[in-house]
Amino acid sequence: MGRESKKVDEETVADVHDLTVSYHIHPVLWDVDFQVPRGKLMAIVGPNGAGKSTLIKAMLGIIPSTTGWVKIFNEPYQKVRHRIGYVPQRGSVDWDFPTTAIDVVTMGRYGKIGWFRRPGKKDREISYTYLEKVGMQDFAQRQISQLSGGQQQRVFLARALAQEADIYFMDEPFAGVDVVTEKAIVNLLFELREQSKTVIVVHHDLQTVNEYFDWILLLNMRKIAIGNVDDTFNEENLRKTYGGKLAILSKAANAMTKGRVDGIID
Amino acid sequence: MELLTSNWWLFDEIGKYFLPEGSTRRWVMFGAILLGISSGVIGSFALLRKQSLLSDAMAHAALPGICLIYMLTGVKDPLLFLVGASITGLLGAIIVSEIPRHTRIKSDTAIGLVLSVFFAFGIVLLTVIQKNFGGNQAGLDAFLFGKAALLVRYDLYVIGTMCLLLIGITLLFYKEFKLLTFDRGFAITLGLPAKKLELCMTLLIVLAVMVGLQAVGVVLMVAMLIFPAAAARQWTDQLGRMIIIAAFVGGFAGVVGSFCSAIMSKVPTGPVMVVVCSTMLIFSMFFAPNRGLIPKWLRLRNNRQRIRRENILKSCYKTCEERENWKVIFTLKDFTTYFRFSNYATRQLLHYLVKKQRLVSFNGGWQLTPQGLDKAEQIIRKHRLWEVYLTEKMDIASDHVHRDAEDIEHALDDKTVQQLEEELQSPTQDPHGKSIPNVDFSRERKTT
Repeated sequence: MGRESKKVDEETVADVHDLTVSYHIHPVLWDVDFQVPRGKLMAIVGPNGAGKSTLIKAMLGIIPSTTGWVKIFNEPYQKVRHRIGYVPQRGSVDWDFPTTAIDVVTMGRYGKIGWFRRPGKKDREISYTYLEKVGMQDFAQRQISQLSGGQQQRVFLARALAQEADIYFMDEPFAGVDVVTEKAIVNLLFELREQSKTVIVVHHDLQTVNEYFDWILLLNMRKIAIGNVDDTFNEENLRKTYGGKLAILSKAANAMTKGRVDGIID
Repeated sequence: MELLTSNWWLFDEIGKYFLPEGSTRRWVMFGAILLGISSGVIGSFALLRKQSLLSDAMAHAALPGICLIYMLTGVKDPLLFLVGASITGLLGAIIVSEIPRHTRIKSDTAIGLVLSVFFAFGIVLLTVIQKNFGGNQAGLDAFLFGKAALLVRYDLYVIGTMCLLLIGITLLFYKEFKLLTFDRGFAITLGLPAKKLELCMTLLIVLAVMVGLQAVGVVLMVAMLIFPAAAARQWTDQLGRMIIIAAFVGGFAGVVGSFCSAIMSKVPTGPVMVVVCSTMLIFSMFFAPNRGLIPKWLRLRNNRQRIRRENILKSCYKTCEERENWKVIFTLKDFTTYFRFSNYATRQLLHYLVKKQRLVSFNGGWQLTPQGLDKAEQIIRKHRLWEVYLTEKMDIASDHVHRDAEDIEHALDDKTVQQLEEELQSPTQDPHGKSIPNVDFSRERKTT
């Protein structure tokens, strides 16, 4: 595995500086700083409500951040969108939408197709290749609500692959999937690393961290630790992340909310 | 005489569309069709974005705009009306989206609020206009329920242009609208300006509403947006086709609506178009092949009948197995007491099984045929294999597994059964000590 990777691979592909994100007026992430080296499979781990999804959404500009900045490949993300792939949470869309599996995968090409133009034959072919890659070619023309949860997740993955990006953000790709799908996703992750692409994954299952990932970010409203799994994924950091309710931080968040409501803080 | 002519009036009225003096009618119908098509097209997006009620609020909010513009300018110009209606309609939409963000009022309440307040205000203005601006304002009343027959050619130019604009923009941004409607977050990561595009879609809905105001009216305009789209959704699982079908439904409603409005002087167009659309929607909800209620119900019924037939064969098998006699003759009473089906239902099931040669009538009773025995064996095999699987692989107590197996025996396909058998290494007995029939066993049984 790439844990003893050479110095070249250590170049930073994602740089997050002093990122603070609030939902409405309630702060969710505080002053988060970290860098991700190239070619890593990084898990973002933390308890429910730790702000894991919020973090990647803020990094991608889906939700606004209050302070701080994010650079990807040393550029603001707006400039490098074509090099970014994204797998949203499966539950974030309405699967009863009238469309087929192959159609969803083709959406991954939209960024490359550009405004006004329709996906061409080439885009269809590329999409089909990626659908094959996740083992879903037989379901290409299926309406997406007729797919199982794991199959839907694989379609989402194929869509991200169709983006042909250099860095991928995946929001809980393993949530509620069957064994076959989990295997398929893991193999794809390893394959992406082989191509020295970087993958950032919001991950729930602590038991598989060692097996699937080589880099980890422990998060609970703030950054607890980041680094390679062997050194960072230890009991002390886990205790910091999961144990000991962040009593003071939560209190501060509530105070801040109240302050904003009352107009003490703007 | 009266009766004789009345048989032909419909054809006479249709014939008028083809005469030179029918040009007004042709234009009106053309306008209504365009309107139906455009509201079907943009309505598909409104429906999928779950903005049906919002569209309704915007339509109602248009009324005060129309009245205000008329009070300010004193002229009846469709373009001016369009401007006035768009302003208040959009204002209504903005208020609906802002209220839940800043107060504790939820969005459904906000929609109800905006809808009724704006509409009430519009009605008040309408009354003021009727009192103070002379008698020929009857035209404004038409905005409530629509009156396509009152449209003049200039109105139609405006309507036509707007409709083409609307359809054109939707086609142009089809891909972007589709992605944004399906997966907003993903669309943003691709760099689509989500807010601007959403505003554009809302504006298009406002446009469709405004275009429909004179022909359909503010009260029922939402139906023209939503019904064709909802009807179309029943027939297809692809957005492109859905939009085309919705356009067709809307256009057809336009034809019927304008025709009725033309031949009956007091009939408002809006309600007619809405009745046509709702009829098509109801028809679709019942009869559309996959999503329709009746096909669904038929599938359910067929399935239930199949399960009942399988249960009958299974019960025969079990009795034969117990008595170690494969030629037991069953009476009707055996089945009715065992299953508690009515005599009629049981007879029907047995009749079908005889027709399929699973059973054979014999001395006023029924007996399993070799094919029937094969079929019963397959079911029993699934049942008992599953029981073994549950107890051995899932550690479920053997007295808990029977009911699960009762369901699964009707659902497992051959491939899964084969996998089950391989994984369990072809067991011969189920957890209750009964033998699991396999191929060798059945050969043996048939020879004895």
